[in-house]
Amino acid sequence: MRFSLAELMVCAASRVFDDDGEVLATGIGLLPRLAASLAMLTSNTDLMMTDSQSFILSRPNPVSGFRGHSGQANENWMGFSRIFDNVWSGSRHALVGPSQIDRFGQTNISALGGTYAAPKVQLLGVRGFPGNSICHANSFFVPKHSKRVFVERECDVVCSIGYNPERLPRGYALEDIDIRQVITDLCVMDFAGPQQHARVVSLHPGVTLDEVRNNTGFDLAVSDTLAETAVPTTEQLAVIAQLDPNNTRAKQLKDDPPGVRVSERGPA
Amino acid sequence: MNKLVSAEEALSVIRDGMTVGIGGWGPRRKPMALIRALLRSDVRDLTIVAYGGPDVGLLCAAGKVKRVVFAFVSLDFMPLEPAFRHAREQGAIEVTEVDEGMLLLGLRAAAWGCPFIPTAIGLGTDVIRNAPHIQVVDSPYDDKEWVAMPALNLDVALVHATRSDTSGTCEIASPDHYMDDWFVRAGKHSIVSVDELVERDYFHDAEVARRVFWERNCTQAVVLQPGGAHPTSNDPLYGFDVSHFKRYAELISEAGFTGWAEAYLGEDETAYQQSVGGLDSIRALPLPVY
Repeated sequence: MRFSLAELMVCAASRVFDDDGEVLATGIGLLPRLAASLAMLTSNTDLMMTDSQSFILSRPNPVSGFRGHSGQANENWMGFSRIFDNVWSGSRHALVGPSQIDRFGQTNISALGGTYAAPKVQLLGVRGFPGNSICHANSFFVPKHSKRVFVERECDVVCSIGYNPERLPRGYALEDIDIRQVITDLCVMDFAGPQQHARVVSLHPGVTLDEVRNNTGFDLAVSDTLAETAVPTTEQLAVIAQLDPNNTRAKQLKDDPPGVRVSERGPA
Repeated sequence: MNKLVSAEEALSVIRDGMTVGIGGWGPRRKPMALIRALLRSDVRDLTIVAYGGPDVGLLCAAGKVKRVVFAFVSLDFMPLEPAFRHAREQGAIEVTEVDEGMLLLGLRAAAWGCPFIPTAIGLGTDVIRNAPHIQVVDSPYDDKEWVAMPALNLDVALVHATRSDTSGTCEIASPDHYMDDWFVRAGKHSIVSVDELVERDYFHDAEVARRVFWERNCTQAVVLQPGGAHPTSNDPLYGFDVSHFKRYAELISEAGFTGWAEAYLGEDETAYQQSVGGLDSIRALPLPVY
């Protein structure tokens, strides 16, 4: 059975929601949204999801070929202010794609380089990352695993709280922070290493541990049960095809690589 | 009380150095006709509070802004607002960068007359380090520390609604009214531009009255401007103008604010609308699909 790397990553990312029960699943970006939608239709049918506009849906909308919001499976109105009511109550799991992730699981989407008064590159701004990170579970999606993303030092602008003892607020323990998994084009990681350090949990088919280490700016722990990332099932691929009838997932990773790697990639 | 005035008359309350909150979200339902009237005025040194889109970008590009209080400035399909990005990278503006929810809490604190609202949001992040005036405080009830999100008191709030009557009862018929109610409540003086003017009895319908998110005594001025949110959307009346945004991004990067203003700003809103193809073409812009 043939499958693409994008499909492998979507299936791996969908698993982060498996044991969540009845929470709001938010995937930002096409592949993360596809992952959350796949989970809601297969492994965790209790998940809740929005139309990315103002309603909770009882069935996710397709991510391509969707002509308009009328006729969608509305469950309740969910404007942005009400999203915050949900976020602050903690019953949400976001799957997002930061520009930088550091050894502590802190992330950056705000700005790169220069000074804070005049950054070299202005990015999005902190958006909802500070609140998401202190209030509810978060997982990260990284389309290209590199040292530019997995930085050697702390993130240029720390937008989300991670497992950094130096930044831990008074009255908090590291266990109060809830970063679940990181899905990249090379592997799946979590932060369950010693002192909540980043740890490789599974390698995608054809990827070596060296390849992951050579493309990461900090030391990685390795799970005792290091596995190969599970490949998509026929059912998962069928649901993905239904959710994305125009195959926009093929345009998300450069050259749409196959799910089983043939040659090693050197350091980026 | 008849609150219907021209944009220029309404905006005459804005003085140099004031704090102005702007409703809407990114490229969605921004009071752009009011922003354009501000761009044509000689007001400057403003502090802008917004879920930013082209409103923030244009005001920064035109040199109207001292400080922006923001969580993002984005055109959605174009994630980085080009003029804001340029202003930031030049160090041309001061910023207070807060979480989207902190901004909401700051508006609520202002609306409720509280100096701050305690929240966990921002703890452990650079939001606190980069905004030294935002304090972390002890709680009288637990042993944790809390961010004291200060009130974002607005001298003036600008929002764009679907319809209103002349007394300032406003309907937002869009799928989401965003935080516009909180901008209006946080504002000492709130100016609402609308696409359509209706009689008071329009609101007698209970379904319509459910789409009124603040009381008329929160609205100090009403400005009638059909198409006034362009190039942002005013769902369900029209979508945002993707091709105009692309042209705007090109002009900003090639010729700066002057290049855009010479091509589009015009001496009034009639001239602006002619330059972008007229009101009928604005009303024909398709609604966004997410």
